[in-house]
Amino acid sequence: MNTPLLYSVTALFDTPDGIIHAAEAVRKAGYKRYDIHTPYPVHGMDDAMGLKDSKLGFITLGAGLMGGAGVFAFISWVFMAAYPNVIGGKPFFSWPAFVPVTFEITVLSAVLVTIGSLIAFFFKFPNNSHPLHDTPYMKAVSCDTFGISIQADDPKFDEAAVTALLTSLHPRTVAPVCYDEAELNHTWKTFDPKFLALLAGVALLVSAATYGTMNVVLYMPPFDWMMNQNKFKPQQTTEQYPDSRMMRPVVAGTVARGFTPYPYKGMADSAGKSLVNPLQPTAKVLALGKEKYLTFCSPCHGNFAKGDSRLRGQFPNPPTLHSDKVRTWPDGSVYHVITEGQNIMPSYASQISREERWAVVHYVRALQRAFNAKESDQQ
Amino acid sequence: MSTTQVPYQKKELPSSVSAFGAAATIAGAIIVALTFMLDHSRGLYNNIIGLSVMTSVAVGALFYVSLEYLAGAVWSTPFRRVLEFLSATVFVVVVLALPLFANLHEVFHWTHSEAVAKDALLQGKAPYLNIEFFTIRNVVFAVLWIAFYMVLTHFSRKQDATRDQKYTRINIRFSTAFMPVFALTTTFFAIDWIMSLEPHWFSTIFGVYYFSGTFLCALAVATFIIVSLNERGYLVAGLGKDHYYSLGTLLFVFTNFWAYIAFSQFMLIWYANVPEETFWFISRWKNGWEYVSLALIFTKFLVPYFVLLSQPSKMDARKLKFMGVWIFFAHIVDMYWLIMPSFSRTVMLGWQELGFPLLIVGLITLTFVFKAKRENLVPIGDPKLQRGIDFRI
Ligand code: HEC
Repeated sequence: MNTPLLYSVTALFDTPDGIIHAAEAVRKAGYKRYDIHTPYPVHGMDDAMGLKDSKLGFITLGAGLMGGAGVFAFISWVFMAAYPNVIGGKPFFSWPAFVPVTFEITVLSAVLVTIGSLIAFFFKFPNNSHPLHDTPYMKAVSCDTFGISIQADDPKFDEAAVTALLTSLHPRTVAPVCYDEAELNHTWKTFDPKFLALLAGVALLVSAATYGTMNVVLYMPPFDWMMNQNKFKPQQTTEQYPDSRMMRPVVAGTVARGFTPYPYKGMADSAGKSLVNPLQPTAKVLALGKEKYLTFCSPCHGNFAKGDSRLRGQFPNPPTLHSDKVRTWPDGSVYHVITEGQNIMPSYASQISREERWAVVHYVRALQRAFNAKESDQQ
Repeated sequence: MSTTQVPYQKKELPSSVSAFGAAATIAGAIIVALTFMLDHSRGLYNNIIGLSVMTSVAVGALFYVSLEYLAGAVWSTPFRRVLEFLSATVFVVVVLALPLFANLHEVFHWTHSEAVAKDALLQGKAPYLNIEFFTIRNVVFAVLWIAFYMVLTHFSRKQDATRDQKYTRINIRFSTAFMPVFALTTTFFAIDWIMSLEPHWFSTIFGVYYFSGTFLCALAVATFIIVSLNERGYLVAGLGKDHYYSLGTLLFVFTNFWAYIAFSQFMLIWYANVPEETFWFISRWKNGWEYVSLALIFTKFLVPYFVLLSQPSKMDARKLKFMGVWIFFAHIVDMYWLIMPSFSRTVMLGWQELGFPLLIVGLITLTFVFKAKRENLVPIGDPKLQRGIDFRI
């Protein structure tokens, strides 16, 4: 055990005005190494103690600005360069959407850096065994009184003079504070290897615990059952078949559902003889036939099938359908021409369904009748 | 309980104040009359601007009176009277609403039944937006405001003579009742008189937007008056930097609050990008209105924010007075920005727009002088007064 050394002389005051007055008096008396402890921030204390503005504000400002600018740049980069996506039809650089996050990160980085620098530079952590700790003085000032402590290492310090000065300020009490040399760490221990090792240990432990909780204890298989399905895709290769094609060629003779093959391929005569128009020439059927005729046939055969094509000689002039030949043709032959085409007239089987073809036949018949009306039609 | 009396010597306000008030009122009234004669509709839209600014001052001031009772605040007690006097302008609010009630058809599209008949949206809103209900609820708002004004100031006045603590307790009860009334009435007031100018538009945050500006406007006017009176010694001795600092902090807080609400309203509508909502902002971003929008951000947020940011400037009497006038002006710009684009597609600003602001400044001054003649400028009977004077941060 060493002998107790004097750390400081302290005085306690009851009011904030009292402590401000005391601080001014002590500063005027020329003391440098003294400190004030109050239960809450007392406005005007900086002036009374003659303190210069704290540098902490600049650290906070710098951290806030850097955090804000950094995150704003980051979001802009993500949305404009890394992963440009049109969201709701907005431009990639949609700054109003970045504002909330920028604001939050500004505050967050300012706060974290402020606390970090308080701990690292101002509190001189982990030097936590301050001589004033665990004294009646500290208990009083952290409750409801205002204290001043003039340290013994002040160049002007003289115990009797300091005590006299403090007493003259009408405090509640004046008391010296002593400490044990051995109890005190003088050195700044932020970078003490033991302390750093402790920090690293804590970091390791927390990381391991987090990893264990999230990835082992609470592990859930990812929901990939939609992405990874047990199936083959058309263009994939496979070893299952000798041709290594996953998509199998259809078996010869396969017929699509609901499809009946046309049995009179290249047999115009039999078609004319055997095919019968299954539709009745109702107004509805004629309307359908007219629509399809005007769409598909009229460009070549003319609106009234008179062979007055709109093609103006760019294509061999198609014949009139009012010729005796076509008029005496059975329905089946007209149907066959539409289905198969004839010489340079192409097949319309793929554009016009069967039923529609028969409706067109009715419409052609109606046109023929209109231009070669019989006497009896007058009635 | 201390019975020490606070030394307060009542001083008459100089006659120049009432002369200024009368001049502003007369000048404002002349411009208003001319505007109504030359362009009746424009006059009415300006009338709504005037009405909403006046309501902000009157009801906002009453809000601070009741807030003080509710929060048990002491620092503001020495100048609570200033806010009570300001809330007396609630009678002016009623007067300003009368020309509008006579001309509802001219400003409110939803009052035209033939327009409503063709419009599914307006039909949906018809149970709320119809002349009968509109009139009833706005009369109820006025009655409530006047009633709370009368009750709160009545007991406050009575305390001057009797120094009885029980009046503080009674007023705390009434203030408790007034808070929800304030929130609801100002919200619906804003929806009725401002939002329903564009009856197809809606914003759920609109009520808050209006009353965040209301807080600012009433506090700005009060701050200007309090600091001016205190500098010339019309209030009690002992008020100083600590009180100024609190006023400055509140102004700063509500500046931020307003900006936060204004940005939230803008961002949510911008983000959702629903045409029914965005057109309102789009019409404020073209044909010259974009300059007014920018001016609003500048006057109501950027300037007050940077002027009031540092601690010393919150205690600086000169800056506080400047900010008081400035923020009051910014609130007028805000109301102009809310209301005028519904009247004119292209930006419209002329001498006509000066009428109502002048009239209001004049009427606030006259009301204040009128009240200050009859009552003490300091609630001398309030048990919190001495503590308020001793208040140190
Ligand atoms: C690309 C132009 C073109 C279109 C479109 C066209 N045809 Fe033809 N059509 C011709 C030509 C050219 C001939 C004559 C073919 C030949 O030389 O035998 C012809 C012949 C015919 C014949 C036989 C006439 C005859 O005298 O041998 C009929 C019937 C006929 N077309 C009906 C139609 C019908 C019905 C349509 C509508 C589905 C149609 N065509 C659409 C060009 C066309």
